[in-house]
This record gives sequence, structure tokens and C-alpha cells, in this order.
Amino acid sequence: MRASSRADARRTWWWATPRSGGIAALALVVAVLPLGFANGYFYDVAIQAGLNSIICVGLNLLIGYAGQISLGHAGFFALGAYGSALLAARYGWPPSLALVTAVAGVALVAYCVGRPILRLKGHYLAMATLGFGVIVSIVLANDDRLTGGPDGMQVPPFALAGYVARSDHAWYAIVGACLLAAVWLAQNLVESPTGRALRALHTSEVAAAIAGIDCPRHKVNVFVVSAVFAAAAGGLTAYYAGFITPSSASFVRSVELVTMVVFGGMASTFGAVVGATVLTVLPQALTVLKEYELAVFGALLMATMVFLPRGVVPTLSGLLQRGTR
Amino acid sequence: MSTLAVSGLTKTFGGVHAIEDLSFEIRAATVHSIIGPNGAGKTTLLNLLTGVYLPNAGSIRLDGRELTGAPVHAFAAAGIGRTFQNLQVFFNMSALDNVMTGRHLRERCGLLPALLHTPGLARAERESRERALGLLRFLGLEAYADACADAMPYGALKRLEIARALAGEPRMLLLDEPAAGLNPTEAAEIAGLIRRLAESGTTVVLVEHNMRLVMGVSDHILVLDYGRRLSEGTAAQVRDDPRVIEAYLGAVDTRVAGHA
Ligand SMILES: Nc1ncnc2c1ncn2[C@@H]1O[C@H](COP(=O)(O)OP(=O)(O)OP(=O)(O)O)[C@@H](O)[C@H]1O
Ligand SMILES: [Mg+2]
Repeated sequence: MRASSRADARRTWWWATPRSGGIAALALVVAVLPLGFANGYFYDVAIQAGLNSIICVGLNLLIGYAGQISLGHAGFFALGAYGSALLAARYGWPPSLALVTAVAGVALVAYCVGRPILRLKGHYLAMATLGFGVIVSIVLANDDRLTGGPDGMQVPPFALAGYVARSDHAWYAIVGACLLAAVWLAQNLVESPTGRALRALHTSEVAAAIAGIDCPRHKVNVFVVSAVFAAAAGGLTAYYAGFITPSSASFVRSVELVTMVVFGGMASTFGAVVGATVLTVLPQALTVLKEYELAVFGALLMATMVFLPRGVVPTLSGLLQRGTR
Repeated sequence: MSTLAVSGLTKTFGGVHAIEDLSFEIRAATVHSIIGPNGAGKTTLLNLLTGVYLPNAGSIRLDGRELTGAPVHAFAAAGIGRTFQNLQVFFNMSALDNVMTGRHLRERCGLLPALLHTPGLARAERESRERALGLLRFLGLEAYADACADAMPYGALKRLEIARALAGEPRMLLLDEPAAGLNPTEAAEIAGLIRRLAESGTTVVLVEHNMRLVMGVSDHILVLDYGRRLSEGTAAQVRDDPRVIEAYLGAVDTRVAGHA
């Protein structure tokens, strides 16, 4: 009786109830979407949207839930991509092992970058990650013996237990499954004591600490988790595209990622997926946008902040609830 | 048996001596009030006792354990909980989540179990939820359990902070003006709550301007003025202390009237 009245009072839609309806609905969308795909180009855009969604689901944990801004997540993405590519191409590692190792390496890097900075109070993380991203892209562009420099490098195809992933269908399935896993992990975290700790320190660090929350530790943890999501998407992207360039670490790319999170909706995992998908598909559909990409994303970021400060998905779901009440 | 021992505590802001060379003890399972005029340093003292401020000098010990210089969450882990004079509610959460956050110290907070939502974590979450609901009921807030905190009235938020602090099962609870802005009925409820807490073995440190509340519940009162100890003793002793009457109680009538 109490349980049902509590469920009624919940301020979310049934399908957005984390871990149950939400993931099932997303799985359904991922499964039926290809029915509408006319050709390989649709698959390509969908795969890119899925990869961006994985990054944004992780980045949203950091920005939306913990309230910490990163302007360097393209750096983690690129390290995941180059790490996987280098281990597989130059050292002949099995691609899956290369990917796992690269992601673990990025987790370590993120820990080393985040730990000294997140002990300080204030918004130093944005500046530090901005610098970090720039350094990564410069190193990748300049170290041309190892990485091929600005021209980029070839990446061997992804293979696991004798199966080589080449077709669009295979990649769509891989990325779809990874996206669902990412959403599941993120929602688990959000609905745990750690998730509450992140939302708490976002609102009041003093009150969070008084409740016994070790704020620096939780901030570092979520920073590492978000970097891991970006690195995993980076590794997958490298194998999928078969080719990577240092521009994947660019500042523009980091700003794009932040825009996707803010546009889709802060502190909403499904908002992050919607934001990433819309802002991946839109520039593809309107090719004119491509030339002015940074300007368009900047304008969109400002417009979202001014008109939809909570982002698209939370604002729309709020409006709908008011409508149905 | 002494619970909290403070010695030579000093805190200055620029030229202002908010707390100056203060020493006192708080015994376990008593109600210990700290009173004094506005700006006397009461909130500063609570901030020192919870690690929010680092003292310029002096030490804070809980059961002989040195806490000075420890991070805030370590003070909490040592068993010190508190509420705030200016509300510090997590306004982006429901009342229930606020209280569950208060249970942080009693919860398992490993990253991997959280990401994987292990059965153990699910069980702990259910238990945590039940306990938090129990605390909401205890403070008469069950109707707000699923309400977002930013939709709750002021008096309810004051009690929500107490529920959140109690969720951590502190050995010592510091309350910074829990009755401020409450009507006499609500203030009487707070008095009843403080007595029940002390009976159940929780040490209560009460900072409050409502003299009826302070005189009614306190085992011991410390009077501060300009960051120094003006007087100390039982309610009767403090009330009869000529220094207090001269420097403080004379002004209380107007202050209490102003606060009501
Ligand atoms: N963070 C701060 N920075 C500078 N000065 C401060 C700070 N906190 C407190 N003070 C000063 O320290 C003195 C003590 O302030 P405090 O807030 O502790 O008083 P209080 O006894 O709690 O007063 P009230 O009854 O009004 O709550 C005041 O002079 C105040 O201006
Ligand atoms: Mg005060």
C-alpha cells in the first residue's frame, strides 16, 4: 500500500524509472531503429550517435550529478582510441585486450589528473582539464613516429575469439549493447549511496561533508568513471572507423560533448542520450552547420542555458507531468 | 566521563576574534546549551566543532581522540552531527533522499557494488529507505517523503535537517538555532525531541535564542560574549549570574521579542 502510493508520487515517467522501464524502452528503440534505415549511411550516423551517447552518459555523471565541469573529455576519448590502436597495430595485441588495457590506463591518468585538483575547492577542474585536453592533442599531433602525427593512424579491425567485426550491422549491435550497458551502470550509480553523495556535494559541499561524505574522494571517483566511459567509446570508435586523427582530442570536440550533456539535460541519463543523439544527427542532416560547427554549438549552449536551463528532457518531462496532472 | 573537550580554542577573521581562548567540556548524554548575543561566536564555535573551520589555536578532542585539523567528514565519522542556522538542505532531492544521504556513514559506498547494483547493495538500500522513512515519521514529515525539498515549508525543512543529522546516528548532535522561525507549538515539539534524544543517550549541543527552550531543556549552559566565556553553569546559576544579567539577559527581552 505504501509502496504503491510512493510510486504514484514519484515525479518521473514509468519508462524513465531507472533500471526498469527506462532501459527496456531504450533497448526497444535500439532494436527497432534499424527497420527504418535505408542504407549504410543511416547505420553510420546511428553508431556515431551511440558512441557519443556512451561518452555523454559518463560525462553527465560528472557534470549533471556532481556539478563538476570537464573541458577535456575529448582527451580521454582520444587516449582510449590511440591506446587501443597503438597496442593493437604497433604491438600486435589482441584488440579486445588492447581496449581493456587502454581504458585501464586512462582510468589511471584520470586519477592522477583529478586527485590533486579535486582536493581544492572551486572550479579548478574546468581549467585543468582544458589544459589536459590541449596537451593530449599536441602530443598526439607531434609524436609522429608513434602516432602518425597530424595525418592520423590506421587501426586494425576489432576481433574477438576469431570473430572479426566489419559489417555495419555488427557494429550497430556492439555499440547498441555497450550503450545499454553504459546506461545500466550509470543508473545503478545514480541510485546508490554514491549517487546521493554526488547530488549532495553538488548542492552543498559543507552539508555533504557533515553527513560524512568524503567529497574529494567521490569527485575523483566520478571523474575517473566518466573518463573510463569516454575512453571505452574512444577505443570502440578507433576500431569502428579504422582510422584516427589527433583532432579527436580537440578542444572543439570537448565543447561538443559538454553541449550535448547540457542540451539533453543535466542530471538525466536519458537526457544525455537524447542530447548526444540529436546533436550528432543534426549536423549530419544539415550539412551547412558543419562549417560553423563551433559557432552553432556555442550558440546552442547559450540558448539552452537561457531558455531550458534544465535541458531538453527534464524540461519536457516536467511540462508533460504538469499537463497530465 | 567526558565526551568532548575543547581547550584554548581561538578563531579570528581578519581582526575579528570570533572565538578567543575558549576551553570547556561537554559530558555525554547531556543537553549542553550555548547562548550569547548576536555575533557572540556561537555559529563559529559549531563550525570549529565540526571541522568546517580550522582553529588558529587550540584543540578539540572527542573521548580523548584528537580531531583538530581533521577533515569535516572525519568529524562526522567520529560521531558528530549537526544542523545549520541557515538551512543547508539538498534542495535537488526528495525529503526521503535527504535523510538517506544522512545515512551515508552507515552505508556501504564502494564504487563497484554501486555500479553493478549487487544484491547486497540492494538489500542495504531497502533497509536504509525503511530507516529513513522511520525518521521522517519520527519528525512528523512522512507526508513529505517523496516531495522535492524545494517544495517544503520552512518549519518542515528545519525538522528535515534534524532527521538528516539523526540518520547518521551521531553520538553528539549540534543544533544551530533549531527553533528560529518556528511558532511556540513547534518550538515545544523541538524541546520534547531534544529531551528524548538526551534520554536515549545522545549528547545534544543547543545553540538557541529562545530562552524558554534553553532554560527548559539544558543540563548545562555556556554563555559566550565576544568569543569568550562570560558564564557557565546550570540554568539557575546562569540566570542568577550578575555578569550575564548585566551583559546579556538585560538585552534578551528585546532580542527575544525581535526574534518572535
Ligand atoms: N566566515 C566569516 N568571515 C568573517 N567573519 C566572520 C565569519 N563568520 C563569522 N564571522 C564574524 O565572527 C563573529 C561571530 O559570528 P557568529 O556567526 O559565530 O555569531 P553567532 O553567535 O552565531 O551570532 P547569531 O546569534 O547572529 O547567529 C561575528 O563578528 C561575525 O561577523
Ligand atoms: Mg549563529
